[in-house]
Amino acid sequence: MVENRPWLTFFSHAVLIGGVLTVAFPLYVTFVCSTLTLEQILQVPMPLLPGNQLLHNYRQVLAGGSTQGSGAAVSTMLLNSLIMASAIAVGKIAISIIASFAIVYFRFRLRRFFFWMIFVTLMLPVEVRIIPTFKVVSDLGLLDSYVGLTLPLMASATATFLFRQFFLTIPEELAEAARIDGAGPLRFFRDVVLPLSSTSIAALFVIQFIYGWNQYLWPLLVTNRESMYTAVIGIKRMIVGGDATNEWQLIMATAMLAMLPPAAVVVLMQKWFVKGLVETEK
Amino acid sequence: MAAVALKKVSKSYTAGVQVIHEVSMDIADGEFIVILGPSGCGKSTLLRMVAGLERVSAGEVAIGGRVVNDLEPKDRDIAMVFQNYALYPHMSVYDNMAYGLRIKGLSRDEIDTRVKRAAQTLELEKFLDRKPRALSGGQRQRVAMGRAIVREPQVFLFDEPLSNLDAKLRVQMRGELAALHKRLGTTSLYVTHDQVEAMTLAQRMMVMNGGRVEQIGAPLGIYARPASTFVAGFIGSPPMNLIPRDGRTLGIRPEHLEVCSDAEAMMRLEVDLIEPLGADTVVYGHTERDAAVRVAARLPGTASIPQGRLPLRYAPAHVHWFDAASGQRIEL
Repeated sequence: MVENRPWLTFFSHAVLIGGVLTVAFPLYVTFVCSTLTLEQILQVPMPLLPGNQLLHNYRQVLAGGSTQGSGAAVSTMLLNSLIMASAIAVGKIAISIIASFAIVYFRFRLRRFFFWMIFVTLMLPVEVRIIPTFKVVSDLGLLDSYVGLTLPLMASATATFLFRQFFLTIPEELAEAARIDGAGPLRFFRDVVLPLSSTSIAALFVIQFIYGWNQYLWPLLVTNRESMYTAVIGIKRMIVGGDATNEWQLIMATAMLAMLPPAAVVVLMQKWFVKGLVETEK
Repeated sequence: MAAVALKKVSKSYTAGVQVIHEVSMDIADGEFIVILGPSGCGKSTLLRMVAGLERVSAGEVAIGGRVVNDLEPKDRDIAMVFQNYALYPHMSVYDNMAYGLRIKGLSRDEIDTRVKRAAQTLELEKFLDRKPRALSGGQRQRVAMGRAIVREPQVFLFDEPLSNLDAKLRVQMRGELAALHKRLGTTSLYVTHDQVEAMTLAQRMMVMNGGRVEQIGAPLGIYARPASTFVAGFIGSPPMNLIPRDGRTLGIRPEHLEVCSDAEAMMRLEVDLIEPLGADTVVYGHTERDAAVRVAARLPGTASIPQGRLPLRYAPAHVHWFDAASGQRIEL
């Protein structure tokens, strides 16, 4: 706002600060918990200043998980999560960009039908088709494998749709100019469409990486071996029973570690796609 | 360089709906041909059929004596300049021009020589490293032409290349295009709806209407002897006056009307609009006999124009006659 109205300024700041606190306070408590001993956490009231167990707790979870619940090392879980999230993000982008390229630039029989078929699957998230999908994956012997973990999550109507909308904004003359220049479809895809899509790809990568990282239900079903646990599942497996038996300081440390990679992706990629958005011109 | 021949070229998108009707024309090697017509007359479609971007439904397109109906655009040895330039936004000016040559598999040195030469011709040397978005409209237009030139094609195809430029730049680029054609001597097909571009650039022009050829000829020849009322009413600014008389249509150009005394008057104009342009003054009105017939007269800028009824005369040699029903020219 350009106007200078002190009360409006005060009010908008109050709302924003309130919002930030609401989001940030639980994160802060998580962090504080991860630096305390279990006894300190179970005190009433719980201390709200960081303790001195930071290194001890994090070393413990990274190397050997919790002592009561699952003993899987969180470092392995983070690696599994990283592989899963990256594979889902890259796979989704690769499949959907090729699918939308076909739908937008090729005239083939039943083109519209295929597009709508893809579109319809938007209405069917993983949870709806989870039992048949599990049956298929288990019959193929893909339980407890990276393929089983990622493949069923790769097809993405959303990404296909987004790429289609983006391709439709690329002027037709560009494709025609490339045809006259002698570029075949694949060459046009590689030399023109891909570079122009780099911003959309970056944005989608961020969204899909976080989507993959935060998957809960599917990894919970297909992973049984501790070595295949993802970070999100690891947190769940550390919680074993009643309040007192859970090692909250270790669980909170794991939660902190599980939050870092998605946050890093957002922060690092943000520069990329903001830069891309500013430079976009067709 | 090559001659281009169109033989009864037709286009229909769905069966029964024809958008181009049997267009035929022989274009000599090195000729500059302008295809002129109102929007939606099919002129761009015709050009795109020559380029190979649209399929030819019936008839033949031949370039350099070779029928190219079934050839891909890249195999037709043509280059095209688009209205919106269609430059690759993520490539530098140099890469935009070099892209087609790289695909052709020319050597690095050869590509460099050609691009540098084209850049010199078009005064683009300073901008070779820039991206298209860092260029002005006129410079982008030049890059688009550069991309066509480096291919050293048999035929240049221009699809309204100047219509995205402002008026002043358009005049300048028009001059550069004419000079370029003079120097390279490449056969060129140029589509436009702007009659000034057509008149100034064309060696011969084709006037199209509703997917049909109305007239083919040299610009001044078409201006002097329009083949139909459509051509008469499309070319010239303001266009030819068309006045129904004795069951036929009389055509007279605005500049062939002159003010005279009331006794000599061959028609009288009820003036309702006067546009002084400096050198000329254009007077609009309707005839005394019929309020629905609009007439324009281009008079010298120094003429004093009386309000109300304006007596006008014309030399009989300047009169054109057209058939009232078909609109075709009647030779007397």
